[in-house]
Amino acid sequence: MQSFTVHTGIAALLDRDNVDTDQIIPKQFLKRTERTGYGECLFFDWRFDREGKPDPAFPLNEPQYKGASILIAGKNFGCGSSREHAVWALRDYGFRAVIAPSFADIFSSNCVKNGVLTVVLRPSEIATLKKRDAAGRFQLTVDLQKREVSARDGFSAGFEIDAFRRTSLLDGLDEIGMTLRHEAEISAYEKRAHKARAAS
Amino acid sequence: MKRTMFEKIWQRHAVCAGPEGSSIVYIDLHLVHEVTSPQAFEGLRLAKRRVRRPDRTFATLDHNIPTNGNRMVISDALARTQVETLRDNCSQFGVPLFDLDSPDQGIVHVIGPELGLTQPGSTIVCGDSHTSTHGAFGALAFGIGTSEVEHVLATQCLVLKKPRTMQVLFHGKLPAGVTAKDLILALIAQIGTDGATGHVIEYAGDAIRGLSMEARMTVCNMSIEAGARAGMIAPDQTTFDYLRGRRFAPEGAEWRRAQTEWSTLTTDRSATFDKTVEIDASRLAPFVTWGTNPGMAAPVTGEVPDPESDQAKSDRGSIQRALEYMNLRPHTRITDIAVDRVFIGSCTNSRLEDLRAAARVIKGYKISKNVRAMVVPGSQQVKHAAEHEGLHRIFEDAGFEWRESGCSMCLGMNSDRLNAGERCASTSNRNFEGRQGAGSRTHLVSPAMAAAAAVAGHFVDIRKWQYKD
Repeated sequence: MQSFTVHTGIAALLDRDNVDTDQIIPKQFLKRTERTGYGECLFFDWRFDREGKPDPAFPLNEPQYKGASILIAGKNFGCGSSREHAVWALRDYGFRAVIAPSFADIFSSNCVKNGVLTVVLRPSEIATLKKRDAAGRFQLTVDLQKREVSARDGFSAGFEIDAFRRTSLLDGLDEIGMTLRHEAEISAYEKRAHKARAAS
Repeated sequence: MKRTMFEKIWQRHAVCAGPEGSSIVYIDLHLVHEVTSPQAFEGLRLAKRRVRRPDRTFATLDHNIPTNGNRMVISDALARTQVETLRDNCSQFGVPLFDLDSPDQGIVHVIGPELGLTQPGSTIVCGDSHTSTHGAFGALAFGIGTSEVEHVLATQCLVLKKPRTMQVLFHGKLPAGVTAKDLILALIAQIGTDGATGHVIEYAGDAIRGLSMEARMTVCNMSIEAGARAGMIAPDQTTFDYLRGRRFAPEGAEWRRAQTEWSTLTTDRSATFDKTVEIDASRLAPFVTWGTNPGMAAPVTGEVPDPESDQAKSDRGSIQRALEYMNLRPHTRITDIAVDRVFIGSCTNSRLEDLRAAARVIKGYKISKNVRAMVVPGSQQVKHAAEHEGLHRIFEDAGFEWRESGCSMCLGMNSDRLNAGERCASTSNRNFEGRQGAGSRTHLVSPAMAAAAAVAGHFVDIRKWQYKD
């Protein structure tokens, strides 16, 4: 798995609440059998008009966000379907971190597995970032070691993250390999559970 | 220490402690479908890993398959590849598959319970967010992403952090015409689409006890739409009566043992939850969503909200956006909203009882000339049972299309889609932008409400319906 330690990049603002995974990647792109190549499908129905031309009204199409790698969004980002394709699309497009007041559970779990960091900031801190965004193109640094988001103008905000998720991201853990090291315990559990069922 | 049902099941399945406060949790049943599994199987192959427990893994085809004509011929090349990939993966890794020619094929969350695979006290996962459906049996069931699908295939376990608990009490008796779908829509309208994020919900109260298993599944199914990790209902006689005799349910002495064990799983009397929500079910009306998430719902007697009103203050932007997308004006009465299409189906509402409820409404009627309507049974078993009762004739006589089983227009991965701008009364679970096709407009309702809308051409209060049976 890809690790995440510290990342500096252009921030893009998608100021909408409850962005669901159907918007992040619409259903017509779920028929592929690979994990890569979803970047061009990201926010497809919002990014492109019916003729397939970029919709200038959609934030990510604005020139100031060209090359953005940090997404700032509204609350409950990633709600809805469990499709991991949503994270694959964000990552392929170039996003390494998403900052929001809250995230949906399955989405944030999927992010960890793909080396994408979800950062929960307070609404007041997000409001500050929005103001900064209105002033033009800007960079943010997301530091998972220090659990801190910062900008050159002095903005700095700490964030909480589950310890296990943090370690997984910092080390780029192979979670399956890690669980497989508990093979003896898993087998013992299966014997125990089987016995308990037979005796109860 | 008094424990909730969730805590009892969680503790029973804790294999050992994982790193940094996580737990390695054993998974009893893993359900697999064609859309979220190919990358997981490919991951196994690349790492030269096997499926640890093919006997606890079951696959079916449901998401992208056609529901009309000869299903064995799939004209969409990408969908066909995905279907063939699942067949190859199942045969290579020894996973049983309910294929398109199987009498047991159907939507993954419909066939699990139907076959008796879904059992109280068990842990169940699937690469699909509506896995919460199975919680209706007192199982801990939740949706996972493809990386976790691979994790479960390889290890039969997941590394998880324990979620918090939330109790939802539905007091009183459901009034006539108000269904399980209305209970869950009312809850989401009240707490929001993130009201239960990070929590496992346990539904309880008189209204829940009075529900059939099929109705309980409808409630638990949409737990995810409130953001919940899972939704559960304590097993009782209704649960046992449903399960007994199903193909994978225990038999004989084993059944008696299992039933005794399952009865101990209920939440201890004085156990506490992290959060509690109480709703008086006896005062609820049928619900209809007007917006672009399942929390944007109103009673059928209500109207489309005004983004400029004081109540809308905190969500003004979202409501404005939703009304623009839905092409609805503030203060429009719900019953004045006309529909072009009606879809009865999905893992939320495609079981036999749902079809019976819809058929009862339309019996003796024809659908509006402005409406195109279809019924997609949840499984082949549901389809055959419905045909045995003659329900298909009632639907066809009224002007509905009667289809083969699958997810169909709930998510529009196959050719069952709305055209841009079309408005649909749908018994499914999501009214997101473009969910049923790019530019589509979805209103979520119960099967009876959808059926009535098909006849009237607009939403009507089902409590005032003139039944002709």
